[in-house]
Amino acid sequence: MAATGLFLIIFLLVHLTGNLQLLKDDGGEAFNVYAQFMTSNPLIKTTSYLLYATFLVHIIWAVILSVYNRKARPVGYAHNKASSTWSSRNMGILGTIVLIFLIIHLKNFWYEMHWGGIPTVAYEGESYKDLYAVVDKAFAEWWIVALYVVSMIGLMFHLYHGFQSAFQTLGLNHPKYNALIKGVGTAFAVIVPALFAAIPILMFLERS
Amino acid sequence: MKITLKVWRQKNAADKGGFQTYQLDNVSPDMSFLEMFDVLNEELLSKGEDPIHFDHDCREGICGMCSMYINGKPHGPKQTTTCQLHMRSFHDGQTITVEPWRAKAFPVVKDLVVDRTSFDRIIQAGGYVSVNTGGVPDANEIPIPKKVADEAFDSATCIGCGACVAACKNASAMLFVSAKISQLAMLPQGKVERKTRAEQMIAQMDEEGFGACTNTGACSAECPKEIKLENIARMNREFYTAKAKSENV
Amino acid sequence: MNLDSKIPEGPLAEKWSKHKFNIKLVNPANKRKYDIIVVGTGLAGASAAASFGELGYNVKSFCFQDSPRRAHSIAAQGGINAAKNYQNDGDSVFRLFYDTIKGGDYRSREGNVYRLAEVSVNIIDQCVAQGVPFAREYGGLLANRSFGGAQVSRTFYARGQTGQQLLLGAYGALSRQIANGKVQMYSRHEMLDLVLVDGKARGIVTRNLITGQIESHSAHAVVLATGGYGNVFFLSTNAMGSNATAAWRAHKKGALMANPCFTQIHPTCIPVSGDHQSKLTLMSESLRNDGRVWVPKTVEDAEKIRKGEIRPTDLPEDKRDYYLEERYPSFGNLVPRDVASRNAKNVCDEGRGVNKTGLAVFLDFADAIKRDGEDTIRGKYGNLFDMYEQITGDNPYKTPMKIFPAVHYTMGGLWVDYNLMTNVDGLYSIGEANFSDHGANRLGASALMQGLADGYFVIPYTIGDYLAKMPYDKVPVTHEAFKAAEANVKEKIDKLLSINGSKTVDQFHKELGHIMWEYCGMSRNEEGLKKAKGMIRELRDQFWKDLRLVGTNDELNLSLEKANRVADFMELGELMVDDALHRDESCGGHFREESQTEEGEAKRKDDEFSFVSAWEYTGPEKPEVLHKEDLVFENVKLTQRSYK
Repeated sequence: MAATGLFLIIFLLVHLTGNLQLLKDDGGEAFNVYAQFMTSNPLIKTTSYLLYATFLVHIIWAVILSVYNRKARPVGYAHNKASSTWSSRNMGILGTIVLIFLIIHLKNFWYEMHWGGIPTVAYEGESYKDLYAVVDKAFAEWWIVALYVVSMIGLMFHLYHGFQSAFQTLGLNHPKYNALIKGVGTAFAVIVPALFAAIPILMFLERS
Repeated sequence: MKITLKVWRQKNAADKGGFQTYQLDNVSPDMSFLEMFDVLNEELLSKGEDPIHFDHDCREGICGMCSMYINGKPHGPKQTTTCQLHMRSFHDGQTITVEPWRAKAFPVVKDLVVDRTSFDRIIQAGGYVSVNTGGVPDANEIPIPKKVADEAFDSATCIGCGACVAACKNASAMLFVSAKISQLAMLPQGKVERKTRAEQMIAQMDEEGFGACTNTGACSAECPKEIKLENIARMNREFYTAKAKSENV
Repeated sequence: MNLDSKIPEGPLAEKWSKHKFNIKLVNPANKRKYDIIVVGTGLAGASAAASFGELGYNVKSFCFQDSPRRAHSIAAQGGINAAKNYQNDGDSVFRLFYDTIKGGDYRSREGNVYRLAEVSVNIIDQCVAQGVPFAREYGGLLANRSFGGAQVSRTFYARGQTGQQLLLGAYGALSRQIANGKVQMYSRHEMLDLVLVDGKARGIVTRNLITGQIESHSAHAVVLATGGYGNVFFLSTNAMGSNATAAWRAHKKGALMANPCFTQIHPTCIPVSGDHQSKLTLMSESLRNDGRVWVPKTVEDAEKIRKGEIRPTDLPEDKRDYYLEERYPSFGNLVPRDVASRNAKNVCDEGRGVNKTGLAVFLDFADAIKRDGEDTIRGKYGNLFDMYEQITGDNPYKTPMKIFPAVHYTMGGLWVDYNLMTNVDGLYSIGEANFSDHGANRLGASALMQGLADGYFVIPYTIGDYLAKMPYDKVPVTHEAFKAAEANVKEKIDKLLSINGSKTVDQFHKELGHIMWEYCGMSRNEEGLKKAKGMIRELRDQFWKDLRLVGTNDELNLSLEKANRVADFMELGELMVDDALHRDESCGGHFREESQTEEGEAKRKDDEFSFVSAWEYTGPEKPEVLHKEDLVFENVKLTQRSYK
């Protein structure tokens, strides 16, 4: 979980950098160029297969782990208040929220980008799929925006535990650096999902 | 004080078990939690009822035998052992729920008594330094930095009560196992066998049916001896190194 | 009966080496043909079982707890003595020997005690090699402290949990042998009888505490490492399960019980808070280094404090009686355990005790806090203060602690010779269960030393001497001796379950404890002891007529377990009283009011009582027969202890 999780965390950063292009006031040019690059560059393409695999391993492993851990306590407590953070106890639920979001998200954009009928635009003579228009249209719907915001809150809690937890699992725990890891982890967990969520909100507000 | 107790009663391992409620009207705040049970048991005995069975021995917080899940926490609301918990930690009229440790690797024997021999088997898998009696070097032959000795001691204070397993949502024994692996990995005497020790103890832990760690930290937060989470990280390091470098194919 | 202690001839310092050379050895290839039973998994039992396994013997190890790691050695706080002289302060094997003999008030054997001091140095080496995290100095070498009034720093420690760390070391060694298949572990099994075949110990009968099954185990030798019998007093610092049953049942099969009245009462325990009290908690002796013991000078003030009308901190200095400093100017608050305990009892008997029950004295840290600052005191005793507050609800930084003596250790036990074998062939006894090394009083940090000395470094040698003479043949558990013992055990259990009276085991146990504490506790006299004897007999009769148990034998049944143990305490208690009555002198922990100096201090009678009392069981309701083993002192001069 830890290794795949950390890889996914890196992916989040890359993805966020790209998505922030959406907010550029250029009618979507930067974003469309970025999107085209991401789907055509051979190196990125190879990496993307690695990413799909990572997602799958992360998810499958999570399922295996949950089943395994459930078996370790066949009879539960009637009354349970043992001290731990809410997020650490609910990684499965949080992960599921993120997964559902992911499916919708992939259907909406990733599938459309690869195989859907997307209109094209031309910049400097070159033809680009106008993914920006698709995004722009989607974020005009309030419920899609709401879904994104809720999902990002889920991601926030998922990362809040996941970030530090990954270091602990990898054995990277040292009194000297623990505070740093916790600080960076918390900041990452709050800022990254917040920025992701900001995009649909801003785009929705801009139109209305 | 008046107390209402909801206690798990189970005749034996095969029995299904269930909660029973008891009313205690004359509880002194100076009583320990176990003494309150003694009083209740005396009452039950004189009525000809089977007393509530629970594990306990030293009653000074060191043998690790007492094991009650009280109001949703192992050893109750204070971070201590059940025997060191006193009734002044509760308020008059309170309802207290008492359950046994719950884990596949800790099957219930009777009432609140569970079988923790799985811990013994984990230690038998390698929780020691393989030296025979006699023929060892002088105690001061190998100096050990005070800081290392103190840290090893902190890990070695584990009393093997199983509160970590009971508290963990996954019934994982990582804190218990890591405390022993850490203690011996830090000391020069234990370093010789560190690779096989980590591999074997962890293999045994899995075999016993304990869950896997998801770093919720409940184990350490509820540990009456305050064994730190750092131990688990250290055990993970020991394990990866062992897996990468050990001679076992 | 001739009690031969088998102390080897020759100069004191050479006895053990010579003996080791002279005793017979078992060929390494033949060791696997011998089976040894070890009962108890404390320091002595675990270390012995592990060492036997390492040597190649087949071992069966038994404990009544759920795991061998829980034996009550785990609760020892202070430390372990060893004559390492690491501190260059003049310690030596002879000095440790001398201190131990003197501390025991000259009622132990020179030969045994010298050997104990001699092997003490090996224990520390062994434990360090096992990974026991002893306290260390910044330079990386082992730290020592002076303990229990010793004039040299020879005590090794692991914070306040030395017993725990040493036991976990021995438990590790035992676990390794279990994994190797050399030791078979039987936890939650209680020994209920010893089996003799042709006069030799050849096995035991146990009860599986989970299923109630009565089982027989056969072997070539049996080692009892079953600890002390302090729980005869009901309230003690022992664990709730600590009991005398294994030793007592061996006694009834012929093993002599030596010096049963020698009990150590520890002065610094948390006082009883009410009738619900189930056990007493020890506060480390080290507290007396900084705490000052006092009670009010007048009974009136004491009463006001008891009723809560005035606070102890409000009582002015001139109305306080720092009685230890007053009476013993040179040792002050650091007088030995027995002296401190007796004085606390005396002031409480005068009506000057300070908690609700009137059975407590103050241990005041106000001066130490004023002198060294609260932080220093916290650094030294923080964990103890926390524990005290946890239990009593009082904050010892703000108000004086209350303490009272409690039964802590029993120096008496099964009689053993130099080889640690009882008078029954093939039956050994080690650790607190035997009587051998502490005489009439045990010094601080010596119990751990003795347990491990016996288990690691004495019995692994001496048992070979016996086994080498034994044939390999095993006695099958179908042998009539086993069947008879099983029947005997079952009959006793059936009897206990069928009484169907009205009083619980605990009620009887509390009453017994009360009699023992009142008449055979810190201070004893002829009249009281005689009275106690009658009371115990009466209580025992009542026990067998009016006990109420619930449930059956075929299940986990804690009150049945307890009934078995209390039945034995009822008999042992009487023997303790007999022994105390017979020993008409004061020595160590045994204080006979008839034998005291003009100042009220203990007075030994060396001409009359310089012997070990070894009692022989002769049958139910028959008086036990006394055998005497004379104590010969060739290397130390007997002196009267003085702490003035």
